[in-house]
Amino acid sequence: MGKEYFSQSGRLARLILRRDRLRIPIWILGFLVMSLLTAVAFDDLYPSQTERQQIASTMENPAITALIGPGYGLDNYTEGAMMAHQMLAMTLLVIGIMSILLVVRHTRADEEDGRIEMIRALPSGRLSNMSATLIVMTGTFIVLALAMGYGLYALGIESMGLNGSMLYGAALGVTGIFFAATTALFAQLSQSSKGATGLSFLLLGVAYLVRAVGDVVNSTISWFSPFGWVLESQVFVNNYWWPVIMTLVLSILIAVVALYLNAIRDLGAGFLPTRNGRRHATPLSQSHIGLTLRLQKTSLISWAAVLFIFGATYGSVLGDTETYFAEIEMMKEFMATKEGVPMTLQFVTMIASIMAILSTIPIVMAAFKLKKEEKKNRTEQILSTAISRKRFLGNYMIVALIASMIMVGSSAIGLSVAGASAIKEGVTFTELFQAIMVYLPAAWVMLGVATLFLGLGRLNGLAWLYLGFAFVIIYFGGILKFPDWVKKLSPYEHIASVPLEDFDWLGTMVLTMIALGLMFIGLTLYRRRDIKG
Amino acid sequence: MVMLEAKGLTKKFGKVKALNGVDMQVNEGEVYGFIGPNGAGKSTTIRILLGIIKASSGEAKIFGKDVWKDAVDIHKRIAYVPGDVNLWSNLTGGEVIDFFTKMRGAKIDRSRNEELIERFQLDPTKKCGAYSKGNRQKVALVTAFAADADLYILDEPTSGLDPLMERVFQECVLEAKDQGKSVLLSSHILSEVEKLCDKVGIIRQGEIIESGSLRELRHLTRTNLYVETREPLSFEGLSGIHDVQEEGRSYKFQVDTEQLDQVMTHVSQQGIVKIESAPPTLEDLFMRHYEGETVGGEK
Ligand SMILES: Nc1ncnc2c1ncn2[C@@H]1O[C@H](COP(=O)(O)OP(=O)(O)O)[C@@H](O)[C@H]1O
Ligand SMILES: [Mg+2]
Repeated sequence: MGKEYFSQSGRLARLILRRDRLRIPIWILGFLVMSLLTAVAFDDLYPSQTERQQIASTMENPAITALIGPGYGLDNYTEGAMMAHQMLAMTLLVIGIMSILLVVRHTRADEEDGRIEMIRALPSGRLSNMSATLIVMTGTFIVLALAMGYGLYALGIESMGLNGSMLYGAALGVTGIFFAATTALFAQLSQSSKGATGLSFLLLGVAYLVRAVGDVVNSTISWFSPFGWVLESQVFVNNYWWPVIMTLVLSILIAVVALYLNAIRDLGAGFLPTRNGRRHATPLSQSHIGLTLRLQKTSLISWAAVLFIFGATYGSVLGDTETYFAEIEMMKEFMATKEGVPMTLQFVTMIASIMAILSTIPIVMAAFKLKKEEKKNRTEQILSTAISRKRFLGNYMIVALIASMIMVGSSAIGLSVAGASAIKEGVTFTELFQAIMVYLPAAWVMLGVATLFLGLGRLNGLAWLYLGFAFVIIYFGGILKFPDWVKKLSPYEHIASVPLEDFDWLGTMVLTMIALGLMFIGLTLYRRRDIKG
Repeated sequence: MVMLEAKGLTKKFGKVKALNGVDMQVNEGEVYGFIGPNGAGKSTTIRILLGIIKASSGEAKIFGKDVWKDAVDIHKRIAYVPGDVNLWSNLTGGEVIDFFTKMRGAKIDRSRNEELIERFQLDPTKKCGAYSKGNRQKVALVTAFAADADLYILDEPTSGLDPLMERVFQECVLEAKDQGKSVLLSSHILSEVEKLCDKVGIIRQGEIIESGSLRELRHLTRTNLYVETREPLSFEGLSGIHDVQEEGRSYKFQVDTEQLDQVMTHVSQQGIVKIESAPPTLEDLFMRHYEGETVGGEK
């Protein structure tokens, strides 16, 4: 009985470890370095209780809560409380991304490519590959949890004791396990790795938004999100273990369902319906640029919808922020930077910059689609027809530029529609809309960087790293007090925060020129390099 | 001894019926050729036999064990090569070969591996991501033939190989056969099947339309004849003649093998100047079935 299902899971787990011998350690190391450095930085930058308390008071408002999660222990803002407040939710989100990417890679993607078929033809059980994947993921997250726990504790920061540090690690680990389980489930439902990834990211995004809304509007809502559960452990403040344990139990249940579904389905099959496509190409997909657009249509539309919802969610939170500040009159004095500007605008500009970075993800993805096509040997087929390299890459650029308008645009519309109706006075629809749209040139610079790497034909990961860096600068820039020159390395820092500041024509022009220059260099390099299959 | 037996295999994918009552039997030491056009249901049948998809109805046994319930035990004694081999891009071919051997619970036989690697001219130190389709296929073939299996299941295994490698493959199959191993070889390359197989099953649209030993099947086929005669030839009143092409006094036609005797008697009366006969090929058989009812319809 067990043999038919789980035979040789151990050996398959070793295969997965062998395949990911670099990938997994890099992820773990990345989390450790980021978290430990941040903890040290907090300790350095805010050594006294008074300084921390001051930060706490600026953080105590609905917009920030929606963005980074609920703050616990704000009235006694220790380094630990600060760490859990500022870092935990965002790290959980990234852990979710890691989990989704790894699980899809070892389940549906392998199945789609026929590798599981060969494994199943060997004396291995029906569920061996899935259980091997879950074993490796669980192992990875346990290692991460323990390393993080001991690591934080070893820093010797007073408010970060052993119990709290271990709980912090456990919160990360259990979130990873949770998303491993849900991704495993989606890998059963959807017949393609693309579908499984899409559904998993949708869940991740929705879970984060539900928490955001819940934390601001009504904490009951947060209970519908795994982020809500895990953050409820109130690490370094009250150190509740039960939310972590509950999440673990739920994850196990989901994993069991996934295993069950895997056992009753045919290899290669899914549970969600698939439908047949068109017999003929529409006029759109009869040209190369049309085809490029057509191939990304679903992905672009989904991203646009998601960004709109993100924008709208944060826009609607602005109303609560306004109310909040109206109640605490004294805060205005402390935070205002410009005479007569409503406090809420502070947060509009902050949210705008974050939305701009999120909107850049699908733009870079649209460009990097070229690399994917190349890997699957489809590029050479197209280049063998009457199309020049310049046109070929150029078409991708055009699609990515169209994507940039759509993505930044839909975040902007989302934010301004919801924001303008939620905020009673002082901010207009147009102002909110412009607040995000001004970031377009920065997104183009990112696209230029992506093109540069397309021209090089390798090291694409660096473009993502650069985008990640830009995010860190915006997200943690204030609290971690990065030196100015470091901040200026991010294109998003060169954009004037409209409507707080005046629109910066010169900066916008310069960024656009840089973007064009990068694209041009990328194009030139691309024309010279080999196409790799 | 019966190694593989399938009875009435049916498989539905939603509303589509991919298989409709497939029967098959492979005995010890036999090479069974499984031929059919694209989409006929070869891979679907093989996946059922491997226990990785479940038949909607019917039953299949390998080594006397149920292919679905006892898959793990069965797989210890079989080796499988798919037509489209994808491997793990950051492992080397050598690593993959060893991994497969270990999964089978067998000891790694370095000298046997080296011999096969040599014969297939594979570089096992390369990462799988850098292999071409043919080279990935070679990795799968080396792992299969390195395994001391009792039954080899090969699903269009030569689709990416060059003719030289195809020959190496054929040698390997014949060696396995000499050792008393059984082989199920799905293919649409007829010459390969003719060279290797003792028995053939032809599948079309999910149904086995012919099966039997090669000799039995040839019996069903036609002989190609080319004759030149002194007197004009007329085929009036003769049955079993097809596809006549005439040019002056030379004639090209096909004869149903059962009618050969009668036709030859008739032709020889007209004074034979030249005669050539070509043995019936599987190709003819294949075409007769696949070009649909038009050719058969003249009867
Ligand atoms: N997972 C599946 N879902 C739906 N239809 C399928 C699936 N697998 C195979 N088919 C259909 O079953 C038929 C037989 O396919 P297959 O066995 O792969 O053919 P062959 O290997 O002989 O070329 C085809 O019509 C194919 O479209
Ligand atoms: Mg096939």
